[in-house]
Amino acid sequence: MSEGPDKKAFEQRLQAAEDAAQGSARESEAKQASSARRAIELAMRLGVEMVAAMVIAVVVGWGLDKLFHTSPWLMIVMVPVGMAAGIRNLLRAAGKNE
Amino acid sequence: MAAPSIDALGQFSLTTGFGQFGRALHFTNSNEAMLAAAVIITGVFALGLQARALVPGRMQSLVELLYEFVRNMCVDTIGEEGLRFFPLVFTIFSFILLGNLIGLIPYFFAFTSHIAVTLALALFVFVFSTGVGFYTHGFRFFKFFVPSGVPGWLLPLLVPIEIISYLSRPVSLSVRLFANMTAGHVMWEVFAGFMLLLTASFGVLGVFAAIVPLGLNVALAALELLVAGLQAYVFAILTCLYLHDAVHMH
Repeated sequence: MSEGPDKKAFEQRLQAAEDAAQGSARESEAKQASSARRAIELAMRLGVEMVAAMVIAVVVGWGLDKLFHTSPWLMIVMVPVGMAAGIRNLLRAAGKNE
Repeated sequence: MAAPSIDALGQFSLTTGFGQFGRALHFTNSNEAMLAAAVIITGVFALGLQARALVPGRMQSLVELLYEFVRNMCVDTIGEEGLRFFPLVFTIFSFILLGNLIGLIPYFFAFTSHIAVTLALALFVFVFSTGVGFYTHGFRFFKFFVPSGVPGWLLPLLVPIEIISYLSRPVSLSVRLFANMTAGHVMWEVFAGFMLLLTASFGVLGVFAAIVPLGLNVALAALELLVAGLQAYVFAILTCLYLHDAVHMH
């Protein structure tokens, strides 16, 4: 069934159908849909991204303070570092999706 | 008649499943939902792959669609090497997707609405991708924390920032999924409770007024369906992204 001229005719028709399916209209439509999906995906990510860095920075600072008995100085130092890391996360997430 | 009160968080409490047997083993309703998710995804694949037709039927198309979706995600994000991680990414994606979808059905438990579950998943991904990084690059993986093309005197400032940024990954990964699922279910409960309050306090007028929160809940159901799929997708694509970083180091 899959041998001989039948198969050749099938391949030709498949090729023709694929060419027809890749018309310009469909391509731009697909591109639009994927960019919208990326936008939603990005919006879902960004909010948490910044807060997470902040939380981790404060927890690390607090833990180091407990370890070295320097409360509360290391935690205070870590807060701007956490903010910077949050911005870094944002930039990285936005850059990946361009 | 006592006015009903809104208990928005009661739906997330753990009870035991499987009756007497489950109580002895501390088998919770959350575990029940997890088991159901695993059984459903395995069953769908077993059923869909039985035909193996050249022109797929409904079940087989569904299975092939899922397979190709995750496969493309792996190859596009990680690169050709990404196929090595396909089984892991597919397992994570289908498990979370089924968990989210099961949770949408009334009387079923949404196990992704517990931070314990999502954090365990995220920590596994985090530890695994870090392990892959050290496995492929050895100790050179530490250079991941040193941004290139930066003057030396800035490094003491930038390296901690990069490390904090790296450590924040499991937190953002788990909190995003957990918060989205919990928020949706709480909103549902609040609107449903509002309907009960209206009918209990205003009689016939309240029954008609309750149509508004009912409509909101219907709209919310559509939104939750979108969120369920999207959050599973985001979790899976971020897993791919972290694995990409571990394999390629940039």
